[in-house]
Amino acid sequence: MAPLLEIAGLKVEYASARGPVLAVDGLDLAVPRGMTYALVGESGSGKTASAYSILRLVEPGRITAGRIVFDGRDLMTLTEKEMRKVRGDAIGLAFQEPGAALHPVLRIGTQVGEALQIHRGLSRKQAWAEAVKLLADVALPDPERQARAYPHELSGGMKQRVMLAIALSCRPKLLVADEPTSALDVTIQAQILALLRRLKAEHDLTVLLITHDLGVVAEVADRVGVMYAGRIVEEADAAALFDDPKHPYTRALLAAVPSDDPKTGRRLIALPGNVPDPAAPPSGCRFHPRCPERFAPCDSDDPAMTEPEAGRRVACHLYDRALAR
Amino acid sequence: MSEASPVVEARGLVKSFAAHGGLLGTGPRFRAVDGVDLVVRERETVGLVGESGSGKSTLGRLLVRLVDPDAGGIRFDGADLLAVKAAPLRRLRRQFQIVFQDPYASLNPRMRVGTLVREPLDIHRIGSTRADRREAAARLLEEVGLDRAAMDRFPHEFSGGQRQRIGIARAMACGPRFVVADEPVSALDASIQAQILNLLVDLRERHGLALLFIAHDLRIVRFVASRVAVMYLGRIVEEGPTAEVYARPLHPYTKALLEAVPRRRPSDPPARILAGEPPSPVNPPSGCRFRTRCPVAEAVCTSEDPPLRQVASGRRVACHLV
Repeated sequence: MAPLLEIAGLKVEYASARGPVLAVDGLDLAVPRGMTYALVGESGSGKTASAYSILRLVEPGRITAGRIVFDGRDLMTLTEKEMRKVRGDAIGLAFQEPGAALHPVLRIGTQVGEALQIHRGLSRKQAWAEAVKLLADVALPDPERQARAYPHELSGGMKQRVMLAIALSCRPKLLVADEPTSALDVTIQAQILALLRRLKAEHDLTVLLITHDLGVVAEVADRVGVMYAGRIVEEADAAALFDDPKHPYTRALLAAVPSDDPKTGRRLIALPGNVPDPAAPPSGCRFHPRCPERFAPCDSDDPAMTEPEAGRRVACHLYDRALAR
Repeated sequence: MSEASPVVEARGLVKSFAAHGGLLGTGPRFRAVDGVDLVVRERETVGLVGESGSGKSTLGRLLVRLVDPDAGGIRFDGADLLAVKAAPLRRLRRQFQIVFQDPYASLNPRMRVGTLVREPLDIHRIGSTRADRREAAARLLEEVGLDRAAMDRFPHEFSGGQRQRIGIARAMACGPRFVVADEPVSALDASIQAQILNLLVDLRERHGLALLFIAHDLRIVRFVASRVAVMYLGRIVEEGPTAEVYARPLHPYTKALLEAVPRRRPSDPPARILAGEPPSPVNPPSGCRFRTRCPVAEAVCTSEDPPLRQVASGRRVACHLV
């Protein structure tokens, strides 16, 4: 079966004081149906711009190249009017900061039912009744009463449940979740991740998850794409990626998570340097200035994507047969 | 093992704030910190963990007297810190410093880095000439892993990790004995967090610091802290050596918190769920404050507030059922 979402050669450009910046520079990825695909990266990696490209919401930036095929349709060829029918309907979006994404003076029930009025033509009353059901589905306690509440009356965890109810209101095929738990406490994060797993199973969802947290990836992802400086550097099934990371950047990210070993006072294996400035990416492999394994071609030649084993892609000269040491 | 001498000793600290502002602070008040005892010894890192609203940041600010407590006492090197008058307090301040979470918000954007790092030296008149202080600032920047050329630049020219290094250089400028690090790596990228944690560990060892490391991430606390205190709704509910607390948590909240940490790899068992959310601190539950979420609560937990008591050498817990 064709993947639900396929992105090829995507480039997203932003203007900056120092000229155009390519936030995403040639992204290829495929999200198979029924999977949770995690796009992982640090700040400036382009993960968020990639995700919002799917909804064509990258302003003030613009998509300068690439194809985004969703459920057999190339979204890049749609008019803005057609695109509005896709957003919030076939593709649901949950934001990182539910506090900022929710309208402060509209009741929760109105906001959850809004997309049903727009996309499904439900009356206000019907939409409200559906909203209460959706709030129950995301396990918001006392949904009848909470539907009448305003966002400020809810905790961060409850607001994220509301965001998920909105994102799922039109029964989307794809849920894009942007750092859905980053603003939450650890016990609440565990609740929301468990909810995400349950909703995915019950609603037959495909999920594209944007996160910087490998713990979140380990909790929910089936497949993972690791982004660095606007590109995917490694992609694999989650279990394979964690058990045997191939790209030196993936290895470094995994090594930077403090281990379970209770000995204290040791040093962490830290990557040197900083995340590169997207306005001035390094030559050759963009990771080479920080890479502990760099060798001759890395500072001059951009590594091509290789497939060292089935289901795994790596962009690193270490896996380039012609250069193998 | 002989215990190092306490640098900071807090007893019965209470700090309340007005809930949602309230005109002239006359609205309902809540106790952000409600009767806390804590000791931090020389060369020791104590990890202070808890969720939002637990009072961990307020406790950190109390210990460096950024805010004053409503009740309780703080001894610094054996002296009563709350009895110190303004002028000697200013002199004493060089001994205890704080590193803030947000390196973007805590540095004056209009000051050059050299001035930012030199400022504490100027204030405390450390070094005889301005040139001496400038040289000292350059050495501080080098010690935290920055180039001395950073002196002439402005904070916005630096990445988050570099700014946090500048914040640490400022905190270290006067040679403090006690440093509160309040979520110092939470705003940083994963690959940068490890650099800053290593730096803090190195500085503690090199300067024999007493360090209070406040964090919500238990994985990080396990790495840096030799002792850990867990807060819930303004109280310490458990305290002990990090290795023991992580291996054998006693309080049901500590257990839940450790089980909620995301797994390290997909093949590990999933995080366990603690139901519910922390209740409002304005109206805390009767008896044990954790009982509304506690999976093992009994009748006594509703009626009686469990005291924090010693249960083994160096281990304290506030639970009726332990």
